Amino acid sequence: MSKNPAIELKGISKAFGPVQANKDISIRVMPGTIHGIIGENGAGKSTLMSILYGFYKADAGEIFIDNQKTLIPDSQAAISAGIGMVFQHFKLVENFSVLENIVLGAESGAFLAPSLRKARAELDELAAEYELNIDPDAVIEDIGVGMQQRVEILKALYRKANILILDEPTGVLTPAEAAQLFRILGRLRDEGKTVIFITHKLREIMEITDTVSVMRRGEMTATVQTTDTSPENLAELMVGRKVLLRVDKTPAQPKNQILEVSGLNVIDDAGVQRLKDVSLNVRAGEILGVAGVAGNGQSELLAVLGGYQVATGSVFVNGSEIDLTGSSSDGQSRRARGIAHVPEDRQREGLIMDFTAWENSVFGYHRDPAHQSNRFLMDNVAIRDETAAKMTRFDVRPPNPKLAAKNFSGGNQQKIVLAREIERNPDLLLVGQPTRGVDIGAIEFIHQQIVALRDRGKAILLISVELDEILSLSDRVVVMFDGQIMGERVPSLTNEKELGLLMAGVTGEAGQ
Amino acid sequence: MDVMPKWADVVLVPIVSLVLAAFLSALLILAIGESPSEALKLMVEGTLMRSAGWGYMLYYTTNFIFTGLAVSVAFHAALFNIGGEGQAMIGGLGVALVCLFIPWPHWSLAIIGASFGAAIFGMIWAGLPAYLQAKRGSHIVITTIMFNFIAAGVLNFFLVGALKPKGSMDPATANFPTSTHLPTFEDMAQILGIEKMFRSAPANVSFFIALLACVAVWYLIWRTPLGYEIRALGKSGPAARYAGVGSVKIIMIAMMISGALCGMMAINTTQGESERLILNFTEGAGFIGIAVALMGRSHPLGVLLAALLFGFLYQGGAELALWTKIPREMIIVIQALVILFTGALTLMVRAPLERLFLAVWKG
Repeated sequence: MSKNPAIELKGISKAFGPVQANKDISIRVMPGTIHGIIGENGAGKSTLMSILYGFYKADAGEIFIDNQKTLIPDSQAAISAGIGMVFQHFKLVENFSVLENIVLGAESGAFLAPSLRKARAELDELAAEYELNIDPDAVIEDIGVGMQQRVEILKALYRKANILILDEPTGVLTPAEAAQLFRILGRLRDEGKTVIFITHKLREIMEITDTVSVMRRGEMTATVQTTDTSPENLAELMVGRKVLLRVDKTPAQPKNQILEVSGLNVIDDAGVQRLKDVSLNVRAGEILGVAGVAGNGQSELLAVLGGYQVATGSVFVNGSEIDLTGSSSDGQSRRARGIAHVPEDRQREGLIMDFTAWENSVFGYHRDPAHQSNRFLMDNVAIRDETAAKMTRFDVRPPNPKLAAKNFSGGNQQKIVLAREIERNPDLLLVGQPTRGVDIGAIEFIHQQIVALRDRGKAILLISVELDEILSLSDRVVVMFDGQIMGERVPSLTNEKELGLLMAGVTGEAGQ
Repeated sequence: MDVMPKWADVVLVPIVSLVLAAFLSALLILAIGESPSEALKLMVEGTLMRSAGWGYMLYYTTNFIFTGLAVSVAFHAALFNIGGEGQAMIGGLGVALVCLFIPWPHWSLAIIGASFGAAIFGMIWAGLPAYLQAKRGSHIVITTIMFNFIAAGVLNFFLVGALKPKGSMDPATANFPTSTHLPTFEDMAQILGIEKMFRSAPANVSFFIALLACVAVWYLIWRTPLGYEIRALGKSGPAARYAGVGSVKIIMIAMMISGALCGMMAINTTQGESERLILNFTEGAGFIGIAVALMGRSHPLGVLLAALLFGFLYQGGAELALWTKIPREMIIVIQALVILFTGALTLMVRAPLERLFLAVWKG
């Protein structure tokens, strides 16, 4: 390709206070290609894209679009330069229709109807051109996540975007939806659009991109043709050292039953049944993985077992029944019975972001006499010292117990939660999304810790929307769909396709 | 982003806010044809340069410490207790009942009894809205402010009825027995052999109880598991739920502690100063407590310092009203400016200050 680059960045730098988020970054993206940008959390990918979309102003450097030097002071300028952005968190009005969302901000004239009519016609054309079939009158809150993402893409195309930036677009999709997205992106490329695809997932980069740039600590460490590289190579470029991509573990040696759940039902405040007759069991020394697309009852299952969601049915831990009515059984009493819980959302539930690391390190266990210096007071000095030791053992960086939780990176925050829950030596560990938003180096460490706990003869219930993670960590897998358990599989005897069907609620031919 | 060092945030921001408020106040005083420097001189001389001035200032300060601490404790649980006025009024009722109907042999026992009476009554008065918030989701701001009006009505009812001595024309209780009268700073100075100190100033031993309350609140919030739970709930409801910290329990406890502290203000005003229960004895201290807590960053030490400042403004304001033509209303405006700048507008001050600070810091 001897054409001009669709977009070219030269020497972009951006600092936030003492933190250099982007250092002298230069890339060229050719038109009609899918260009991947991969890097760990905090590597500077989002900052770079925010500069491109006019949210931040670069301290230095230039942007060229079609060989024209372009200034992008705000997102309006980015749009008129032909840049469209699909954010990780969709910016849609939930109770507006698809059409209304697409027109929003681009309407003209005093009345809405002409704009909508014009948009409807254009939308039909776009849909035909890119095979983005969608009902323009559907209301956003009624359509699936994959559809909502298409609306975001259509929004960008409606505004005449030639360069489409997608920020971690597959995080919320099922494998099938992701495959559809990739097909759409391929189609966009064939029609001459340029796609910039930001992700931290190596597999997606290998699958969809033509070229890939790797970022590490604010710098662009490499730009290569995707066909010339390998996942191992990319991982090394991202982390700066060799990384073990597979989990190293021996076959499980399950012993006595620790957790026995039967006939669990949950109906939420709105009257929707979130869990339907869920039964499962976990034995000592094994990891039971619960696969499924987010929002199919996994969170409720964790909440019931963690003690903050009332339910009907029965749960036995170590042979004794647990009260599910919530009146005499909360998070603290569950912990006292040897149930530790790494919640799905560490920033909302697992940690108090304004609390220091040492305060967080006893969260949920703060009434444990071991942390009391007498009947009335907490032994803050001892907690601090203990936390410092724990942070060293779990390789939390920086190992400073007096730092507020919000000042740690995602991976280090997760290590603080994990250290708190694992170091209690619980009989049963509930883990939700252990590596969501965690960088590759830390993922390796977190997986090792979970497997090590298993090998110490503890029971682990793992909930994750990452199929790779479920398949590589679990000894047995159950799949949840719409609050039900769809089936159980053994990881070595199944594959992503089969699990993907179960995750979509299809049992017929997948049933054994 | 947290870039300004903490000391600058804690010290510099309130001082700059205060200077701004003082500057605006000076302009106002100029505008009505008085001299700001004279006014400041009067305030300082009338308050800090003579012992009786201190006696008055510390009397007000005592009130503000109690209400400021009360608002702070509720703030830590992310509850906005605007009901300090009402809780203090009902606390006053508690003090009056304890002092009038229990024959105390000595003031030292009476003050303990009165403290309990005040705390329990204030606690109940805060507990009702707390229950409505915790169980029914009725917003605490709305309910506490409504409870202020109810409290005023209740106080009125008793002071024109059951508690008014027969034949009296005054909506107040009878004078408390002498054995319940608290030693003032003047009395204490005399015991130490110093004559003519704090002459006839109302500051009394309850100031020391307020100081003790500062220490107690510090221990409660930063050292006990209960304080930990209060702060945890205040920072993140979902996290508290995850950890098994019951929101109903914590909301109730935090508000009841808050109400108890507000109620205890009455030992200063009712037992210490007026020595009988009168109408409107709170004089807005419940509301000043909000400003004190905001300025003091909900920390007991900060509350103490802010309460001293507001005590100074109250006493200094009285001096101005006495010796200048500056009307009483203008003094309220000045106090309002201080509240506005130190409480509500700190964010306005912080951002530019942070920028300036970083520019200077980097050189």
